[in-house]
Amino acid sequence: MTVSLSLNSVSAHYGNARVLENLSLEVAPGELVSLLGSSGCGKTTTLRLVAGFLKPSSGTIKLGERDLSHLPAHQRDIGIVFQSYALFPHLKVVDNVGFGLRQRGMGAAERQRRAMTMLERVGLTDFAERYPSALSGGQRQRVALARALVIDPGLLMFDEPLSNLDAKLRLDMRVEIRRLQRANGTTALFVTHDQEEAFSISDRVAVMNAGRIEQVDTPETLYTRPGNAFVARFVGYENMIFMRVVSRDGANVVAEIEGGARLGLSQELFGAIPDAFVLAARSEGLAVAVDGDGIPATLGLRTYLGRAYQYRCETPVGELVANGQLVAPLPPGAKAVLVPMPEQCCILAPEAR
Amino acid sequence: MRTNPLLIAFTALVMVFLVAPLVIVIGSSLSDTSFLTFPPRGLTLKWFANVFEVDAFRTTMLTSFELGVFGTGLSLLVGIPAAYALNRFRIELPKWLSSVFVLPVLVPEIVLGFSLMKSLTIGLSMPYFTAMLIGHAILVLPYAVRVVGASLAAFDFSIEDAAISLGSPPLKTFFTVVLPNIRSGVIAAFILAFITSINDVSVSLFLTGPGISTLPIQILAYMDQFFDPTVAAVSALLMLVTVVVMAGVEATLGLTFLTK
Repeated sequence: MTVSLSLNSVSAHYGNARVLENLSLEVAPGELVSLLGSSGCGKTTTLRLVAGFLKPSSGTIKLGERDLSHLPAHQRDIGIVFQSYALFPHLKVVDNVGFGLRQRGMGAAERQRRAMTMLERVGLTDFAERYPSALSGGQRQRVALARALVIDPGLLMFDEPLSNLDAKLRLDMRVEIRRLQRANGTTALFVTHDQEEAFSISDRVAVMNAGRIEQVDTPETLYTRPGNAFVARFVGYENMIFMRVVSRDGANVVAEIEGGARLGLSQELFGAIPDAFVLAARSEGLAVAVDGDGIPATLGLRTYLGRAYQYRCETPVGELVANGQLVAPLPPGAKAVLVPMPEQCCILAPEAR
Repeated sequence: MRTNPLLIAFTALVMVFLVAPLVIVIGSSLSDTSFLTFPPRGLTLKWFANVFEVDAFRTTMLTSFELGVFGTGLSLLVGIPAAYALNRFRIELPKWLSSVFVLPVLVPEIVLGFSLMKSLTIGLSMPYFTAMLIGHAILVLPYAVRVVGASLAAFDFSIEDAAISLGSPPLKTFFTVVLPNIRSGVIAAFILAFITSINDVSVSLFLTGPGISTLPIQILAYMDQFFDPTVAAVSALLMLVTVVVMAGVEATLGLTFLTK
């Protein structure tokens, strides 16, 4: 049974501080949605509200047809995987996994059988009789995952589950979580501050900022077509350049930046360009050229990235970050032009400056 | 590893300093004289027998034991929930609140005893035993709150959240998940509080009345009248009880948990 999760204009306060403001989110049955944002953006608060550890000051939370808003946490039927694993130190691995089944009144034999089946799925049958303290971090998180999955919950939630693992293990667990969640078809909410993690594991990602969701979209859309400046900066568009169109010729426009420099942009490559707009560009979206049609710049500090050189550039619109090719790098202080590369740039509404 | 002779001498000195009084007490209790003396002259166990023959020692021993067990029990009954709340809601609660629970150690015991007498025995006209029970519970409350609190501070409350999310109601979770994981703290608190209660003179002195007393008070009263080694024998017995308790702790939990 897979169900949807819907949050409908949920708000929350800590004392007088408003930590969540009219947050609405729909997670389709079987879908994995990430809440992505820096610490203090309200993502963990959202998770705790859904779990029932916190009470919203207004709004409703529904899991399928059930209204969770007034249901105590232990009746919500949600499996949670915590950052600290949160295994029961006084119980063996197999009893950790069987804990939720026991609360549901299942007999010892059936409980044991299901717990062992689940442990088999996470590859830990040999560790069933051990205590959590005898397990490595990765193994503990597998047990935590098994414990949350074995009750076949209506919703799975992950609270920064990979932050305590080392880099290599993090990648393996990422795949494992996704595999098990897919196989079970369980609806899931995944909280993380790690953009790569969120993008790689999710069907859709909700970028959060200051208690609000800035944009919910597929990772591809977020990456290539961010909806506003905050999301654009968050996904790596370092440069924001305000421009005004001075003339149009079919698909080609000529835009002017502050200071009067002009450059030509093609709507076939950049998409529709309004009369006033912000060009958001990654550092690799501004190519450093000796001359041509671009933003005039004086090169400053140069750093070596391996795949390219990166320059801090003085331009009429302020400092911009641009990448230059590896062959014949230009020295600091050289005059150059920065040419926007369409696939690494996007066009934003003008208020996004 | 090289050992410094000065260090060895110093260590030996500390050991002597710690152990000597105990040796003297045990030695004196075995002396076949009618007054306290060390080294003992002669060898007898009659003073130990005498402890159990003097009615007052028997009854006060029982009273002290009852106060120790039930007073500590009462303080844990209040102290564990208090320690839990102080740790779980640390951010929401005002900072001074946890200090309130340490006050009984900070306030001079004489003052505590006097104010308890004024309020419990005189003000509320409580029976002596009840007043002493409450007095001892308050006296040892800081140990209950602090030692259990130290265990709870090391406890990851996500574990409790995990249990609740898996369908265990909050109160049941406290008993089946939280309590087993702070067990050593609770036992350590009980032992420290029990020893404090058994040793207490000041607070008990104010709260005792006709017909009821505690062992330490009885020892003082006895020494006022007699100077025979019975007092040393009682002390040696108290030591024995402590050693037995500690041996029990060591066998089951290991002594190191007391220092954690």
